[in-house]
Amino acid sequence: MYAQMIKSEATKEDPEKLAAFQARIDADDKIEPKDWMPLGYRKTLVRQIGQHAHSEIVGQLPEGNWVTRAPTLERKAILLAKVQDEAGHGLYLYCAAETLGVSRDELTEDLLSGKMKYSSIFNYPTLTWADMGAVGWLVDGAAIMNQVPLQRTSYGPYARAMVRICKEESFHQRQGYDIMMKMANGTSAQKRMAQDALNRFWYPALMMFGPSDKDSVHSEQSMAWKIKMNTNDELRQKFVDQTVPQAEYLGLTVPDPAVKWNDKTKRYDFSEPDWDEFFDVIKGNGPCNTERLAARNRAWDDGAWVRDGFLAHARKKAARRMAAE
Amino acid sequence: MTPQDLFQYLLRLGDNTLVLGHRTSEWCGTGPVLEEDIALANTALDLIGQTQMWLGYAGEVESEGRSADDLAMLRDVWDFRNVLLVEQPNGDFGQTMMRQFLFDLWHDLMLANLQKSADPRIAEIAEKASKEVRYHLERSTDTVVGLGDGSPESHRRMQAALNLLWPYVGELFVPDDIDAAAVAAGIGPDPAGIGAQYRNLADEVMARATLAIPSDPFAHKGGKSGFRHTEHLGHMLTEMQWLQRAYPGATW
Ligand SMILES: [Fe+2]
Ligand SMILES: [Fe+2]
Repeated sequence: MYAQMIKSEATKEDPEKLAAFQARIDADDKIEPKDWMPLGYRKTLVRQIGQHAHSEIVGQLPEGNWVTRAPTLERKAILLAKVQDEAGHGLYLYCAAETLGVSRDELTEDLLSGKMKYSSIFNYPTLTWADMGAVGWLVDGAAIMNQVPLQRTSYGPYARAMVRICKEESFHQRQGYDIMMKMANGTSAQKRMAQDALNRFWYPALMMFGPSDKDSVHSEQSMAWKIKMNTNDELRQKFVDQTVPQAEYLGLTVPDPAVKWNDKTKRYDFSEPDWDEFFDVIKGNGPCNTERLAARNRAWDDGAWVRDGFLAHARKKAARRMAAE
Repeated sequence: MTPQDLFQYLLRLGDNTLVLGHRTSEWCGTGPVLEEDIALANTALDLIGQTQMWLGYAGEVESEGRSADDLAMLRDVWDFRNVLLVEQPNGDFGQTMMRQFLFDLWHDLMLANLQKSADPRIAEIAEKASKEVRYHLERSTDTVVGLGDGSPESHRRMQAALNLLWPYVGELFVPDDIDAAAVAAGIGPDPAGIGAQYRNLADEVMARATLAIPSDPFAHKGGKSGFRHTEHLGHMLTEMQWLQRAYPGATW
């Protein structure tokens, strides 16, 4: 999940309008930018779509970390294309957020100042090439789990962005799994790398779905608005059920001794991640929070003269056109 | 043209795209604006794809069983045949795009000629690549003009980039024995012949960009022949080749 811990805004508005709005949502109507919507709905969406967009953008960094060290030309091209897709996802999502009356620059400023968050997963380091496999397999895998239902979310521009994004995410996941296959069937060093990557990314991937439902107090309103389609625990369970057999197929061991098929529930039992670690990362104390935010700030600051230069050029051109007319 | 000469000729084409593609990929996710990130990645992807074609063919011509990846990942500095221009560091965005423009302009002219090559494989690759490079050139031209004729600061930075990189342009047009063999076999153009056309087009773009090409005609060389690369290339290869060197024989 690329948007974690989104607090739903309460809403105090005309009860009649609210009821009519809720009726549209219940009838699976899509809400479009020009439609009336409760302020809380708008604010919650801005926060969620913005956080999702920021996650795509910051998410470029852990994988960008390996682009220049990719082992073959083909792997380099695949990885670069993937990171490029993520930039594209960021772009679609910023555009979706803009339909709610907030500009990309405003959202960017809020990311850079630390006011807005991005997914905690991108605060973990990528240490070996196998991490490129693990990220595609687990992180994109978890993202898909969350985003597929969001294709049916009530806000039209968000739902449509999700449709485009989901197609590419499943491609990413397959490519990640393909890297893991190569590693798991490779030399003993490669196998070690693959296992090590799974060890490090397993719990952070489970955290991507957000805190346990019993501690997640903000979900109800979002579920009613169909901004959130499933509970955190539902999605996490689904992810575990899908991923454990995939790990077995690779000949890798999920780093949780409690993982066991439960014949009664027909699901896997598993251990909860360390939620203290999760809240630490959210608060800014993850292994890479400082670097990630610094990297985004540096890119933005270093690019200021470029953005200003293009703007100055556009103004000159417009002035010349005016003068010629 | 002997197979050895043809091999060298193809290495030059493939190493140019390999090295510039790699340099461009170093930007990954850190561009000045999202659209530029996407465009930089596009350029890098095109160049990597062209590298696979050029070096793949080079390996066939050499017929010692080396793949494009072997050639990219397992040669050391002195065996690289790219011009010095493309191995220059990225610097700021302006320097990167100035380097891109100075290369694209040559690349576009070169590929137009190579499409008429007597070697059908070269003609085929050149045709495919030229469609991509036409777009690269359009974009780098717009960037050089936009930032050259932009704000005072962007103008200053673009002029500095041009001053820094112009001495690496001349190498593109200095012919040697391998070029002569390519001309004789109808495989490729005379580099010197492209030079005049290049200069005219560059003058035109720089005039629109309000930038001045340095008057000193001095040109560094040594990349294309492999005699003397700059110090930058070794560091780039250290990073690019690390995994293949550290885990020899592994499949990825
Ligand atoms: Fe994405
Ligand atoms: Fe993805």
